[in-house]
Amino acid sequence: MTVDGSAVAGPVDGFAERVTARVNDGARFCGLFGSAESDGTRLVAVVAVDGSLEIEAVVVPDHTPRFPSLTPTLAAAAWYEREIHDLFGLEADGHGRLDPLVLPLAPGSTRPRPGSGKPLDPVEVDLSPLPVHLRGEGVFTIPYGPVRSGVFESIEYLVETPGEDIPHLRTRVFYKHRGVEIRFEGMSVADGVLLAERSEGVASVAHAIAFCEAIERLAGVEIPSAAGLVRVIHAELERVANHLDSVIRHTEAAGQAVAYARLSLHKERVQRLRGRLCGSRFGRGVVVPGGVAGPLGPDAGQLFAALDEIEPAIRADLRLLMTTPSFLDRLRGTGVVPADLACRYAAVGPVGRGSGQMEDVRFARPYAAYGRLGHQLLEPKGDGDALGRQRVRNDEITGAFHLIRQANDRLSEEAHDGHAWGVPVGPVSGEALGWAEAPQGEVLYLVRVEDGRLVRVKPRSASFHNLALFHAAFPEDILTDFAFIEASFGLSIAGVSS
Amino acid sequence: MPWIPRGLRDGIVTTRYPRRPDGYGEGFRGRVVVHPGGDGDLRAGSIAEACPTDAISIDAGQFCLDRGRCIMCGRCVELYPEVFEFEPDFETSAIGRDRLVVPDREEDDASVARTRSELARRVKALRRSVHIRHLDAGSDGAEEWEVAALTNPVYDVQRLGIYFTASPKHADLLLVTGVGAAGMLRSLQHTFEVMPEPKVVIAAGADAISGGLIGHGYAARGGIAESVPVDVYVPGSPPTPFGLLHGILLAVGLLPEARRPSTPPASNARRSVRPGTAVPGPSTPEDPPTEAGP
Ligand code: SF4
Repeated sequence: MTVDGSAVAGPVDGFAERVTARVNDGARFCGLFGSAESDGTRLVAVVAVDGSLEIEAVVVPDHTPRFPSLTPTLAAAAWYEREIHDLFGLEADGHGRLDPLVLPLAPGSTRPRPGSGKPLDPVEVDLSPLPVHLRGEGVFTIPYGPVRSGVFESIEYLVETPGEDIPHLRTRVFYKHRGVEIRFEGMSVADGVLLAERSEGVASVAHAIAFCEAIERLAGVEIPSAAGLVRVIHAELERVANHLDSVIRHTEAAGQAVAYARLSLHKERVQRLRGRLCGSRFGRGVVVPGGVAGPLGPDAGQLFAALDEIEPAIRADLRLLMTTPSFLDRLRGTGVVPADLACRYAAVGPVGRGSGQMEDVRFARPYAAYGRLGHQLLEPKGDGDALGRQRVRNDEITGAFHLIRQANDRLSEEAHDGHAWGVPVGPVSGEALGWAEAPQGEVLYLVRVEDGRLVRVKPRSASFHNLALFHAAFPEDILTDFAFIEASFGLSIAGVSS
Repeated sequence: MPWIPRGLRDGIVTTRYPRRPDGYGEGFRGRVVVHPGGDGDLRAGSIAEACPTDAISIDAGQFCLDRGRCIMCGRCVELYPEVFEFEPDFETSAIGRDRLVVPDREEDDASVARTRSELARRVKALRRSVHIRHLDAGSDGAEEWEVAALTNPVYDVQRLGIYFTASPKHADLLLVTGVGAAGMLRSLQHTFEVMPEPKVVIAAGADAISGGLIGHGYAARGGIAESVPVDVYVPGSPPTPFGLLHGILLAVGLLPEARRPSTPPASNARRSVRPGTAVPGPSTPEDPPTEAGP
């Protein structure tokens, strides 16, 4: 949807009620984003309603930098308000725990205020310990990170625990904050897509698609049919690779050496196939505003041949894994996200679908070529535990291969017309939303552009949205389950604090 | 135990690199090479301008490309294919930041030779096994996949005596990814400090080398070099597992002679980089890619 900025801003009072009312009417809360404007900070709440996105907006004036918090009525808003506090310095009255999230700054520091277009001096991150929330006899705090034991992205988990249970898990995500949102500002849309690819590198294709969708919506162009099909092929290979990554981490944590070796071999094969199709193992450079950069590297026949080799091998090993008791025992009942919690946090992607939140934006709001390809909607997968999420991922891998084959078929069928790979996108102006279903779940881009220059870009990764409920998956689990729960969420920290 | 027989099903998949070269597929964006040309071309300025990371500069009418900044977007290749070309070659790591700028310059040779022999002296003690501590200093997340891939059966770095370790106190080599995010600098310095001597630092990827597309910002320090002394640079966005392996082996002096970056002949003030000359061609015929395919 394109966003008409002037028409939709309502009064600050009643904003929380208006957004909450929509969610109570059945809308799904997708996020709350800030943007610095000349006279204040514009807040945009995005909700999903029946196959479309809608927004509520307010401008919080600079002279009174506060607004009534949405969090008391919408748990899912909690992290967004903390992010807005970090980046813009706005107080969310009634939030209750407005601790720093993405960027802890010393008091009095200049806030980045994305959208203001002002140059910024380097900031000092305030690394002093955050308040400890649990106190009492026998309570001790175990920090994991930010440098993890193993090859992981940097993040710190603080486990505050009396004994073996985990009553409280705190997540500190700011360590690797890079300032991506500000970096977008002033870029051309062609450079912007390169940055979108790097805002969450393991979901480069999804981010590039979501960003370009917003630009194309503003330009009022339809991408060529073949370009939509190529986008689907790359996005689905990205899904397969990410879902394999999650299960590889499970097998690593479970010490299943053979399964680990085999699944990581499969993932390497998928990465190499992606490299062969476009020159990048992460599908970078494929998606450009207006379409794709060009055809798939090898011809369609070669892609089918590669799939014929990779797909049965992956499926056979996953099938075996799902009958391996030592694997199932570690995942069953582990990291339960109850359905009502997933609903309150509006969980997306496999985390949501493992707990009854079935929406998949590929089919709910079709983009690229998804609307033209057949698919099977997933059945709810029950228990909300790590095993349920693994089942969702297994199904999605099957579904991804099915989509790739269909898209590749279509490409060869339509080939006789000669393909156009892109349409020109002029120097667009305006504001629009774009989206895609990344392997982690729904990715949103709120993009504002003037004469082809980016003024404000807000990427919202599924990782950010879902990590907010990570702490809630722990109440009954012991510390040794940590690695499994983390793997089952399958998130990337780069996308959480970019 | 049904997994055991499966372990063998795919036969030998492990690369023989670095003993033998391992071809990576046609069309893969391993690195950009710069051919001579563009002298006095009116478009030269606009092509340098088009690079999103300012990796291209013009020096005495010739294009120079900084692989430490290049994110392989392909724009220069598309605009000026006579000069810029992709090669699948991944052996682009270098000792010394200047060596990432191509075509290379003679005047750097003496200092490069010094840096190299200093590093060689330092790593002498390590040659039997190498323990790596990885540290993410603000990556986009893709780098971690490529680092982790080194332990998959294709690269299987344990066969070369290379191990990952959780403890910096047992690490010889610090492998750093990411732009040098402000929040990670303290951890980065601390990790470096507690590592015992001798120690080696690798900046893995354009982000760690120069900040990549993010460069310098309010929260990014344009790479890690301001925080820790970098010995070896591995270009790429992200670097490939082979590129990382090349960098690691280069750092610890385990690379066979034929696979080391060359020193340019002293007689040519400026040397054009042609496919196959920047890194000496393999002395053995190229292996087919490993069974997993390119
Ligand atoms: S391929 Fe590298 S050098 Fe060429 S334009 Fe892109 S980033 Fe710049």
